[in-house]
Amino acid sequence: MFRIVHKRQLSDAVFEMGVEAPRIARKAEAGQFLMLRIDETGERIPLTFSDWSAEEGWVRFIFMRVGKTTHKLSHLDVGDEIKDIAGPMGIPTHVDDLGRVVVVGGGVGAAVAYPVARAMARAGNTVTVVLGARNADLLILQEEFEALGVELVVCTDDGSAGRKALVTAPLKEMCEAGTVDHSMAIGPAIMMKFCAATTKEFGVPTTVSLNPIMVDGTGMCGACRVTVGGETKFGCVDGPDFDGHAVDFEELMSRQRIYSDDERLADAEYSRECSCHK
Amino acid sequence: MSQVDDAQGASIDTPPEKPRHRATKGPRVPMREQDAARRATNFEEVAVGYSAEEAHAEAMRCIQCKNPTCIDGCPVNIDIKSFIAAIIDGDLSEGVRVLKERNALPAVCGRVCPQEEQCEAACVLARKGEPVAIGRIERFLGDHDLACEMDHRCAPEVGPSTGKRCAVVGSGPAGLACAGELRRIGHEVTIFEALHAPGGVLTYGIPEFRLPKAIVGTEIEMLSEMGVTIETDMVIGATLTVDELMTEEGYDAVFVGNGAGLPVFMGIPGENLNGVYSANEFLTRVNLMKAYEFPSSDTPVWRGRKVAVVGGGNVAMDSARTAIRLGADEVFLAYRRTEDEMPARIEEVHHAREEGVEFKMLCSPVEILGHDGFVTGLVASRMELGEPDASGRRAPMCVVDSEFTIDCDTVIMAVGTRANPLLSKAAPDIELTSRGHIVTDEQGATTKQGVFAGGDIVTGAATVILAMGAGKRAAQAMDSHLRG
Repeated sequence: MFRIVHKRQLSDAVFEMGVEAPRIARKAEAGQFLMLRIDETGERIPLTFSDWSAEEGWVRFIFMRVGKTTHKLSHLDVGDEIKDIAGPMGIPTHVDDLGRVVVVGGGVGAAVAYPVARAMARAGNTVTVVLGARNADLLILQEEFEALGVELVVCTDDGSAGRKALVTAPLKEMCEAGTVDHSMAIGPAIMMKFCAATTKEFGVPTTVSLNPIMVDGTGMCGACRVTVGGETKFGCVDGPDFDGHAVDFEELMSRQRIYSDDERLADAEYSRECSCHK
Repeated sequence: MSQVDDAQGASIDTPPEKPRHRATKGPRVPMREQDAARRATNFEEVAVGYSAEEAHAEAMRCIQCKNPTCIDGCPVNIDIKSFIAAIIDGDLSEGVRVLKERNALPAVCGRVCPQEEQCEAACVLARKGEPVAIGRIERFLGDHDLACEMDHRCAPEVGPSTGKRCAVVGSGPAGLACAGELRRIGHEVTIFEALHAPGGVLTYGIPEFRLPKAIVGTEIEMLSEMGVTIETDMVIGATLTVDELMTEEGYDAVFVGNGAGLPVFMGIPGENLNGVYSANEFLTRVNLMKAYEFPSSDTPVWRGRKVAVVGGGNVAMDSARTAIRLGADEVFLAYRRTEDEMPARIEEVHHAREEGVEFKMLCSPVEILGHDGFVTGLVASRMELGEPDASGRRAPMCVVDSEFTIDCDTVIMAVGTRANPLLSKAAPDIELTSRGHIVTDEQGATTKQGVFAGGDIVTGAATVILAMGAGKRAAQAMDSHLRG
């Protein structure tokens, strides 16, 4: 059992949660994830670390309430327990002194972008963060990014905060200016696809952090297979970071949709059961 | 001499010692099964198991040879003759005790061991007729033990504490057998399991209808009762490394039995379409995650109407029979050789056919077709058998221009597994073969001092009992090492 030690609502449907997991906290690195199962009938889902403290023995993750599992999770509070958490899974983000690094975080992807930007900055890179969301309400972690002391470009689709632009607009401008040595794009698959397409034109190496469906997260099932450079890779053990210019995003997006009917059914049933909740 | 000897012609080289009983002649006592039409709609166990009367009647067929060859046929050399004698004498507790001396998981092995190739193949009666149904009797004794309250169960004796601590990585058959043996000797044992539930392939792989998870759970409970600690959600290679187990965590020896868990795909076009599963994923969703209970269980599984299973082993049979139970209208199995070469147990093939699985032999997929990201069909090539290959089986070869298309909405690849690199990547001083399997000596010692290994991670995919045998052997070697 893993005790919840922190919970913060970041927007209507987005939550930050911290759990006591000293062994995992000691090992966690930027870009890695954990596998979580809430209770005995729960499914196993991957969640990427948004933060951790080896000293205090906790790890944090950020999730958006989209289906039954995240719905259930959002109903848990500090002091409650989560049945299973395993990790850290996946290969950490390759952090090196790469020069001028742009980290794009879109939507909940900002949660993963945060430790990546922090690690890149600590490694001596000049880091620019492009933080994007549909609107101001959905923008998360802005203060945390500001506290890193990195350059921050905020954009929203509707202009309710920062620039009215898609994240690809500032990314393209920086590429054009020739001020990018490496870029990282973390967010919805469609956003990562367009970021990779943007940087490809300029030959700027781009790493993406993929979020395919997983079951065990240890390489055992292959649910998370993605095509990278024409080869099948497992997101869990070969990734989750891959060369954005080589990823077949259409396939990834198609594979992410396989259970959408089931997910709607399960969530609708759950919502009916707990109509006492908001 | 008893009439049996004349009838069975078995007395010449292995005469009975002194007649404990008058062995009965005739065919084996059949084991009752759920009717095929009914069981194809549920996940309950197919074979019901012997009653006490049936087990006794079957035991009475045993002629109690002086030199019981069945024991040599068993990979862990269970004293089969003695546990059968105990049943003949009506002493079930003694039967369980004898069985558990060599096998910590009799209710599991009684169900999933390929007895027809092992003990039963070596039974003297098999020469002239049907061998004693050793597996069914083993299962009966195992179940008898599990049905008892914990304090009435046959608990292997735990030796005096040696003060040594052992870590066992993986709680599948190899790990469980190794842990049980180490604990009996008197070592302190902790099992580290990466998933949320112990049992390895017994839990995620073998379906409920062949091996109920309650049975697996109760067998494992006995280990806990003996004082073995099981830590789930511990991914060795990630949460902790083997090195850390031996330094910071203070273990004196480590056994690695993490299995050959990485699924193999064929590398044909269309394999990443929605509706294509590895058998591992399909079975894990259904067995470990209980997707057949969706939506009361949260994990979904794609329920195909027309399912193609590729492969001819037990995992292929398990996948096909699971698909039937999930409500598929049609399930067929595509295998590139013929039924004679199929590695699956005859019993499983028989059960699959009874339940409506169709067999397409000499058929090898070359492409999976799709529309809008989902599977719509399978293109396969006809095969013919040539000369025997390295495995001794006749090599399948494509027939030129023989491709044909089969409509289906699901394809399950049951074409094998390979070694999981997760642990070994974090332990570079453990030597691996070119295929990623751990190199060990005959006793299971790896190239790293104090680290032993066994099961599929050493041999590649094999059987439950072979993995258990390897786990036990390694436990003995670990003990010698610890007493150094």
